[in-house]
Amino acid sequence: MELLDLRRVTMRFGGLTAVKDLDLTIPPMALYGLIGPNGAGKTTIFNMITGVYRPTSGEIRFDGRPIQGMKPWRITDYGIARTFQNIRLFADLSVLDNVKVAFASRQRATILSAVVRGPVHASEEERIEREAYDLLRIFRLDGFALEQARNLPYGSQRRLEIARAMATRPKLLCLDEPAAGMNPHEAQDLMALIRWIRDEFRMAIFLVEHNMKVVMGVCETVHVVDYGSTICLGTPAEVQKDPRTIEAYLGGA
Amino acid sequence: MIRRLAIFAAVVAALWALDALLSGTLVPGMMISPYVLQVITLAGINVILAVSLNLINGFTGQFSIGHAGFMAIGAYTSAFFSVNFGSSLERVFRILPEGPRRGAVLLLVLAAGAVAAAIAGFLVGVPSLRLRGDYLAIVTLGFGEIIRVFILNIDAVGGARGLGGIPKYSNFGWVYFFAIASVVVVSRIVNSSFGRTLLAVREDEIAAEAMGVHTTRAKVISFVISSAMAGIAGGLFAHYLMYIHTNSFTFLKSIEIIIMIVLGGMGSITGSVVGAVLYIVLTEGLRAFEQYRMVTFSFLLILIMIFRPQGLMGHRELFGRKRREARQPSTPSIEA
Repeated sequence: MELLDLRRVTMRFGGLTAVKDLDLTIPPMALYGLIGPNGAGKTTIFNMITGVYRPTSGEIRFDGRPIQGMKPWRITDYGIARTFQNIRLFADLSVLDNVKVAFASRQRATILSAVVRGPVHASEEERIEREAYDLLRIFRLDGFALEQARNLPYGSQRRLEIARAMATRPKLLCLDEPAAGMNPHEAQDLMALIRWIRDEFRMAIFLVEHNMKVVMGVCETVHVVDYGSTICLGTPAEVQKDPRTIEAYLGGA
Repeated sequence: MIRRLAIFAAVVAALWALDALLSGTLVPGMMISPYVLQVITLAGINVILAVSLNLINGFTGQFSIGHAGFMAIGAYTSAFFSVNFGSSLERVFRILPEGPRRGAVLLLVLAAGAVAAAIAGFLVGVPSLRLRGDYLAIVTLGFGEIIRVFILNIDAVGGARGLGGIPKYSNFGWVYFFAIASVVVVSRIVNSSFGRTLLAVREDEIAAEAMGVHTTRAKVISFVISSAMAGIAGGLFAHYLMYIHTNSFTFLKSIEIIIMIVLGGMGSITGSVVGAVLYIVLTEGLRAFEQYRMVTFSFLLILIMIFRPQGLMGHRELFGRKRREARQPSTPSIEA
């Protein structure tokens, strides 16, 4: 069964059709890239999957459940985590707390037990702290654990955003232009990290990206959209040879 | 558990002794002036108001500017109960000696006031907190005034005459008991898993939602707790002054509480306490300057806004941080 399944999804903003009758399927463990020229509808597709927009028509199923139009927090609960194009960390909170927040949806301790400092609260706090540190260590951020997130260097902020998304234990990780603003060296690291996450956590990764090197280097399937519709779908090698893709990017000859 | 009970008992005993000392019943002849005692007690009520407002304004980042309205609901609800049913309630607890008996009745009527304020907070919060942005500020601004005018027109609670004849159940000891309790409760909430979701909402609501935080729920719960605590403060206020009038709960009172938390630092409990006390000290201390009082006060506020816009404490706390930073990760490392 497919993990994520978009069927004939359309999104209209007033008179503008941003996405039209789009089909998109991501199998489990996939490294799936979505590319397209500016204004092709990539971000709209991303936002429909993560619950920011409700599609005008069509169906989005995740793990067999329809999720279109659901609140973002519920979609995260189901197992889709995301990062943001323009990094959205909790800037004033510590690196550790940034990750801890993402455990929220799986917490059991009530507010009352926090106020009386009951046993459930204590054991849960301990568990969250341990798991948060584990994640930070994996992403080589444990050295900054008590630092304010705003003080991290850019590349580390990107890594923290991914670490935070991973703390929600997703089955599908959606990365919105993770290489934006990275130098070639940082982009190399990112590619290795993405591949490693997929293999280590055995999960699917959905990537919206401008940086061709990253997309072609890391994705197994590349989906090209333009004017809200699919123009090509295949392996990186196939896509690179596709005349319609070349036309979309370079303009008609 | 036993240790906690011991701490609790020690705090209660200390407050009781301090109360007796200050009011002159412990050592006859040794008492501070009633004026000073009243100022200190009202400062305690302000601490409760400031700390509770900080929960929603400073920690959750949702600006409420109608805190006096919730205080009024708590004050009038609890006073209504004790004026009308106070003596029958006291008869229920007649086996208790006088002090605890009056305390028990106070706790009951305060609970009624807190519940009423919480319900009001829920009704105001649900529609306005579903949205992102400053809607809470607009709605609470209106609500604070509406509730005041509403009470002004209810004859059962005295209307424009105000509500008098409230039994003096509250005193220095009770006020500071609740002041300490509010500091403990809010700091524990903030330092819990739920508290982290509040901070996340303050920092970035969109990101919080993407991390699985049910943002509306978190905001409403925070606001309801904050309102209930304002209701308790109102109840203590009513049973301390024994007379309440809607003039005590105007928009200006709401602004006063906001000044306290801005002064002390939004997002710092220590700051709220400092701000509340400083506000009282300044307003009372400047009484001598009569007509220059508000001018001086405004000037001080402007200076703080210029030189320390984050408030005296910013996001920092005086206690509790160090222990946290000293804590070491206790798990074996898992290398990538």
